[in-house]
Amino acid sequence: MSENVYIYIFIMAGVSYLIRVLPLTLIRRQITSRFLRSFLYYVPYVTLAVMTFPAILGNLDAPFLEILPGLAALVVGVVLSWFGAGLFPVAAACCAAVFLLQFLT
Amino acid sequence: MTNEAKTKASSARRFLRGVRDGLPIGLGYLAVAFSLGITAGNVGLTAFQGFLASFLNNASAGEYAGFALIAARASYLEMALMILVTNARYLLMSTALSQRFSPDTPFFHRFLIGFNVTDEIFGLAIAQPDAIDPVYLYGAFSMSIPGWSLGTAIGILAGDVLPANVVSALSVAIFGMFLAIIIPPARRNRVVGALVLISFAASWAFAVLPLVAGLSAGTRTLILTLSISAIAAALFPVKEKEGTP
Repeated sequence: MSENVYIYIFIMAGVSYLIRVLPLTLIRRQITSRFLRSFLYYVPYVTLAVMTFPAILGNLDAPFLEILPGLAALVVGVVLSWFGAGLFPVAAACCAAVFLLQFLT
Repeated sequence: MTNEAKTKASSARRFLRGVRDGLPIGLGYLAVAFSLGITAGNVGLTAFQGFLASFLNNASAGEYAGFALIAARASYLEMALMILVTNARYLLMSTALSQRFSPDTPFFHRFLIGFNVTDEIFGLAIAQPDAIDPVYLYGAFSMSIPGWSLGTAIGILAGDVLPANVVSALSVAIFGMFLAIIIPPARRNRVVGALVLISFAASWAFAVLPLVAGLSAGTRTLILTLSISAIAAALFPVKEKEGTP
């Protein structure tokens, strides 16, 4: 797949750059559409939530014991974030939860 | 001191101020990019490919989604659409930043600053009282870009040498970070909170239900993000204040 990877990377880079540079160079006014502003406001939360669950559990067809570490990471991550822990502590705690519970399986 | 020398001295100072404010961002990026690198390594990217992807993209969620698509050997169109959606918020940020350029700032700076509009750099830029100072932002870039791209490469290299159970534990770090980003606003804002729960449920349903489960993970993410966000925007338009990130 090595010959395709660079094309993927350049597509990612090209789209990312256009998204950022077109508004900076073309749009000189605020976006006024309330729908569009609301849509852009909600997108990051929805996309991150969709990408997190159920992916955090790993292979969904696996027996429950194998999903358990990911489930623990989810619970730990949600609880710590709820109480305001930062990016790094939350991530570290999720890793620790998975690392420890792996020994059960 | 001549006028020219004065300008030079003060632009050096502005650059260094950017370096100082960018340093914590760069260090934070190093840690986040490390876990992104673990994911990239799982997908089969080399350290150089990960470095390149991060150097050119500067986007955590977008890159994560992109790496998943590389693993799934998705079509190039699917990749372009996915990056468009996962990075859509930068449209809004760049639009907001476009309002803050002084007419005296040479136009080419917009092309350079557009390279690295991230959540944190955006925060830094709008925290400045006056018009955008490109030199100040370049100072911050000099910390954030190496932190991000080297962190990804280091994560990939570490994934190769660490034991398997450590790598699989580190693989959830990126999800932990995503949770740390979405849960606090979900607690503050009832609509966002409901959206997160609905997104979890819908994403799970799409992963297990017959028919849709056959779609690639990337396509499911696209469909769910577009539809849930659009419905939410129609039903619960945000107030003007929230609409500015």
